Amino acid sequence: MDTDVIDTLVGIRPGSSLDLIRNRRPEARNQAQASYRALFAPGDASDIAAAERFAIATFIAGLHGDVDTSAFYADKLVASGASAELRRAIDAAIAAAKGRGPYGSYPAGPLSREDTAGPTYHVTAEIRRVLEARLAAAFDHIHLLVFHPRDAEPAALRALLDAGWSTTGIVTMSQIVSFLSFQIRVVAGLRVLAGVTR
Amino acid sequence: MPDRIVELPPHAFPAIFTRALLDWLPWLEPLGVEELTERHMAALVDAARAKSAYFRLLARDPDALRARTLTDKDIFYNPDAGLPRAERELAAAATSRFNGCIYCASVHSRFAATYSKREEDVQRLLDDGVNTDLGERWNAIVAASVALSTTPVTFGSEHVERLRRAELDDLAIADVIHAAAFFNWANRLMLSLGQPAIAG
Repeated sequence: MDTDVIDTLVGIRPGSSLDLIRNRRPEARNQAQASYRALFAPGDASDIAAAERFAIATFIAGLHGDVDTSAFYADKLVASGASAELRRAIDAAIAAAKGRGPYGSYPAGPLSREDTAGPTYHVTAEIRRVLEARLAAAFDHIHLLVFHPRDAEPAALRALLDAGWSTTGIVTMSQIVSFLSFQIRVVAGLRVLAGVTR
Repeated sequence: MPDRIVELPPHAFPAIFTRALLDWLPWLEPLGVEELTERHMAALVDAARAKSAYFRLLARDPDALRARTLTDKDIFYNPDAGLPRAERELAAAATSRFNGCIYCASVHSRFAATYSKREEDVQRLLDDGVNTDLGERWNAIVAASVALSTTPVTFGSEHVERLRRAELDDLAIADVIHAAAFFNWANRLMLSLGQPAIAG
């Protein structure tokens, strides 16, 4: 068995009250970890390489501002063989892209009064030189998914296809962003619950 | 070549949050029904999902889809104590309303209304948004779901204390956390890989 990532990041010890609570939803616990394995230790990495997966995850965790999760994926990125230059470029992208979400626009109509403006992110030419086309396009897309997913439109996917992403690669990348949006929130929520357990 | 943006058929888009049955149209090419292998069918978990373009698109990464689906089922369907199903669905609907996923909100507001029999309250969540007054217990669940859905996450001990005052035990609070967190996963897939359409 591999080490459960959520347990590690929350600091859940066997026999603790949170351990017992997680055991009441055993499939949710096991399949959250199976999701991690499917996305980060895949049987088939032909559409998106392992190093790309950790580069993406490091950026996503950084945008969420969670220190422990960021450190976890940054360590995996180093282990995947990423250069110091790439790691610096990802850190620079996080600093430039960080914000607060969710914001965005609705289809024109009664919901337009709820439209909330916010930035659209594009990596700078300097960072793009290090990330190269595929990762640069992924980072633009990830910012959209993390902070303003309701602004998504087909043109965003076209930009990924144009940068060399396959349809299957886009599905996997979207799962990585979406799964991490889940994992980071479970960790944040359980950590608070652990801190105020009676 | 599957690697292209799909041309959408003519249809009408929903411009409001609704409990009506909606379609979901993919922007990328799903696998064809005839392309589904045993591994893909195992990833769909429920064979009826082969009819859904959404699940056939996600089936391009079958291992990720299978684990996602089994996570989803245990969070929402596990009947062992914790948060009642109606309120797990409320957390899903509130998260979807806050993130702006009209499709997800339609499905899970229908479930929330069905299981709670509080159609008017659920409809008010859709019409007026996450700050509407649904009574303290539901308000506490909605507020916790919203705080878990912001980026960065703003969920704190005050949310846990409020849920406890509303008589949720720690397993029920863990269910709120998982239901809201899971819809931050689901909303992003449904919003970014295709769009809702008015059925018919």
